[in-house]
Amino acid sequence: MTDDAGRDPGLRAGPDGADGRGDPEVRVGLVPDELVDVMTDRWTAPYWEALAEGRFVVPRCEACGTLRFPPTPFCPSCRSDRLGWLEVAPRGRIYTFTVIRHAVIPEVAAALPIVVALVEPDEAPGCRIVGNVADADPEQVHVGAEVEMAARRVRDGVAVPCFRLR
Amino acid sequence: MSELTLRDRTAIVGVGATPYWRRGESRPRTTMELAAQALFAACDDAGLPIEAVDGFALYSMGFDVSLFAQWLNLDVRFSAMLTGGGGGSAGSVGLAAAAVVSGQATCVASIMSLQQAASRFGAAFAPGARRPGTYRAPPSPEGSFLQPAGLMSPAQMFALLTRRHMHRYGTRREHFAEVAVSTRANAVRRTTALMREPLTHEAYFSARMIADPLCLYDCCLETDGAVAVLTTRVDRARDCRWPPVVIAASAHGGAGRWGQGITWLGMPDDSFASSGHRPVAEAAWRMAGLGPDDVDVALLYDHFSPLVIMQLEDYGFCPVGEGGPFVADGNIRWPDGRLPVNTHGGNLSEAYIIGMTHVMEAVEQLRGTAVNQVEGAEVALVTGGPAGIPVSNLVLHR
Repeated sequence: MTDDAGRDPGLRAGPDGADGRGDPEVRVGLVPDELVDVMTDRWTAPYWEALAEGRFVVPRCEACGTLRFPPTPFCPSCRSDRLGWLEVAPRGRIYTFTVIRHAVIPEVAAALPIVVALVEPDEAPGCRIVGNVADADPEQVHVGAEVEMAARRVRDGVAVPCFRLR
Repeated sequence: MSELTLRDRTAIVGVGATPYWRRGESRPRTTMELAAQALFAACDDAGLPIEAVDGFALYSMGFDVSLFAQWLNLDVRFSAMLTGGGGGSAGSVGLAAAAVVSGQATCVASIMSLQQAASRFGAAFAPGARRPGTYRAPPSPEGSFLQPAGLMSPAQMFALLTRRHMHRYGTRREHFAEVAVSTRANAVRRTTALMREPLTHEAYFSARMIADPLCLYDCCLETDGAVAVLTTRVDRARDCRWPPVVIAASAHGGAGRWGQGITWLGMPDDSFASSGHRPVAEAAWRMAGLGPDDVDVALLYDHFSPLVIMQLEDYGFCPVGEGGPFVADGNIRWPDGRLPVNTHGGNLSEAYIIGMTHVMEAVEQLRGTAVNQVEGAEVALVTGGPAGIPVSNLVLHR
């Protein structure tokens, strides 16, 4: 089901979303569940639906095979809109990262420091998935570090990417 | 004269600004009132009556020109805006030049008026937009790939580019410190600057981290104020109060594979740790018939100090990857460096009016009236913010 903008309200939940709140306990290093608000459209929904099932998929052009991320209507290489999904093993490497130490909004203060990493799956180079590195000593995080990728369940039907150093 | 170019056809004839305030302290003044005050000051500076202004070239969402023209009783022949955000500051003057060269208007104002009491750029991408009274990003399909990880502010996103630059090229925090410290040294001498205490190396390294590797002093100020710039035909400019500051070139745009830049983060590896300016740099040098060796002073958009280093690389002042050592060698210091940068104190230490103070400083440098004057300055480069496209620039000469 989509709204007028082609957005799927089914996966949309947040501070005033219909799905209620996630675990109220704040975990250091993870953005609090209640701040997570995922909106999808018909091109991005399959990614989030797979993630909610614990699987990582990336869009692949059915015409020329080029991977792209995030999902978009047209292949940047050949402009085809024939989109397929490649499921990738949940392993990758940190392309770059930052350690958030300042609370831009007060709601994240108790969770700091938060490590945000861009991870390229081993099987989808160039695709960069953004998530928190959980349970990490920020001093141990470095560019090139190998990580396990996981789906962190936020609430029913909604999961976000999350990483652990291997 | 059939060559299709902006080169040397137009000039900046007036610049004006309000005072600058810390974020929120310009209240109860209104944003458009500040815009008008800056425009009055620019007209005074040019020696032109306000009725001479017949066009507006804005950027970063601009403001309501219909209401503004109604307030001031100005007949408008051109009103346009560059898409995007702070990337368009220098380019808004190029847009003014394009309007003048094409005959659509005769005297075009580029204006930025900024108040951040309710709309804080530092939290531009934070969740919670549906709460009243906050300035945050509403959820979107694109933002959902970033926001749930906690990326809520430009500082955090540029930290990701910066970390990659450090990894790829060996750039170090000492290099960022040199940008922050040298920029502050320029601000110390300016009465308009909000940060006039000298910044020491020790203070830089003991400052709190905002988003590692960016510390407090790597991040620009959050301020209020307005700046206006008037552009007209170069022959007409000779009748104004000051010698014309000629627009040699202006380019805006960027590569599709740069795109949204920090709010995409999928840029190819060879441009990820860059300012996104390489295509517009090349276009501007070609249009101007000038190159980096010709530039006497550079006003580089400094929302975050590492991005000054990346722009030095992308404009060819040094090879890509060598921006860190380039600044460490003292090259950007005023007055003795090879290329003094941000002689006005920049976004980091004077005020953040989304890059328009850089245009004003370039004009003062080329008139020879700058507080921190680069002796004999003839050519200046001004850049808009490294951001999603369009990013932009201006090459000016006496």
